Amino acid sequence: MIYFDNAATSWPKPPGVAEAMVHFLNHVGANPGRSAHRLAVDSGRIVYNAREAVAELFNAPDPLRVVFGSNATEALNLALRGLLRPGDHVITSSMEHNSVMRPLRALERQGVEVTVVRCSSEGFLHPPDVESAIRPNTKLIVLNHASNVVGTILPIAEVGGIARRYNLLLLVDAAQTAGTYLIDVEADKIDLLAFTGHKSLLGPMGTGGLYIGERVKLRELEPLTRGGTGSRSEFEEQPDFLPDLCESGTPNAVGLAGLEAGVRWVLEQRVDEIRRHEVELTQRLIEGLSAIPGVTVHGGHDAQRQTATISFNIKGLSPSEVGLRLDEEYGILCRVGLHCAPAAHKTIGTFPAGTVRFGLGVFNTLEEVETALEAIRQLAQEA
Amino acid sequence: MTDKQYAVILVYSTNYALRAEKVLAKAGISCKLIPVPRHLSSDCGVCIRIERANQEAAFRVLEAARVEMQGVHEI
Repeated sequence: MIYFDNAATSWPKPPGVAEAMVHFLNHVGANPGRSAHRLAVDSGRIVYNAREAVAELFNAPDPLRVVFGSNATEALNLALRGLLRPGDHVITSSMEHNSVMRPLRALERQGVEVTVVRCSSEGFLHPPDVESAIRPNTKLIVLNHASNVVGTILPIAEVGGIARRYNLLLLVDAAQTAGTYLIDVEADKIDLLAFTGHKSLLGPMGTGGLYIGERVKLRELEPLTRGGTGSRSEFEEQPDFLPDLCESGTPNAVGLAGLEAGVRWVLEQRVDEIRRHEVELTQRLIEGLSAIPGVTVHGGHDAQRQTATISFNIKGLSPSEVGLRLDEEYGILCRVGLHCAPAAHKTIGTFPAGTVRFGLGVFNTLEEVETALEAIRQLAQEA
Repeated sequence: MTDKQYAVILVYSTNYALRAEKVLAKAGISCKLIPVPRHLSSDCGVCIRIERANQEAAFRVLEAARVEMQGVHEI
């Protein structure tokens, strides 16, 4: 079996992730940040260590500005719904996932102005187009770091520079890049970074969060939920400091134990080394697919400018048919269809049929890429 | 007097206490997270116990790490 669905969720997980979760359940178990007995403090330390690992990975100076939640979607909702008010203007790109588009469309109905900057048919964003979309009431720019459909990387540091010049906030959706592409919130001028734990951070599902930078005024950030935080318990008002402001209720401490193990593994392997490996596989896959008659590869055809997510179509075969045959006849597991990003598909011209998407990960090998290329060659030949 | 050799630093959130524990350890100042003594009021259930002799050094470290302190009490 070949697992090529890492853009949806990474699998397998590195050694240590499952063990950390089993250890938590069997030996720690207590509620972090509530009681003060030894197991509660141990549990709190585990959650704090996860915060510290994530902060280290993104070069975030203060781990307490990393707010945990269920996934990148929740983090994006927190940032968008928490910061944007009727009358505000927000700029995004035409390559976004529905985790950005759906909250924005809902906010639009409430009076938030939304501009979608069009990307090229390869999926690339031209930063001056963002600059010319800025209005006097623009508050925020939100961009995915890389497309979940074609993997194209957006120039976030350049847009970060524009955001600073105009005193705007930059929110980056790093669901597809965190752990596999270097992210430095300081150098890239990222004010808010939404990440998920279960993709290239190699942790379990149900973990993720938002890094909230110093330029974000906490008084203007409305939390998604309010409730118990284990702090300021004598008051019925939500605490005004991080992470408590945005973390109510018992967290997924067992998941965060696994997340810390995943992130530590990434830090040990080094992001640039993981990236180098994925670029090698991606380049081979792009070259191999492009050489097969009847196969159209989408995106920029340059592994250096994209993640290890490759979208393609085979002439005469629907994506769903390709997906089914790859699974049943070749044991190759991938995703087919629209990938939750209709705007991105319209941009690259694959709406509404969608694409076949190979999402490679750190544990895939060149040999697996060659096996998959042979399978696609056979399918394309028979079509 | 063994019962007066410690001071406890109260903080607004367990998250600050956990951060304090880390940065103090890094600075070589020994500390222990303990339940807040009953006679002291506090927002969160846990506080940082240090040796009284280390109070000033601990303050400097915690301020630099931006751990918001609610108060200090000798116990």
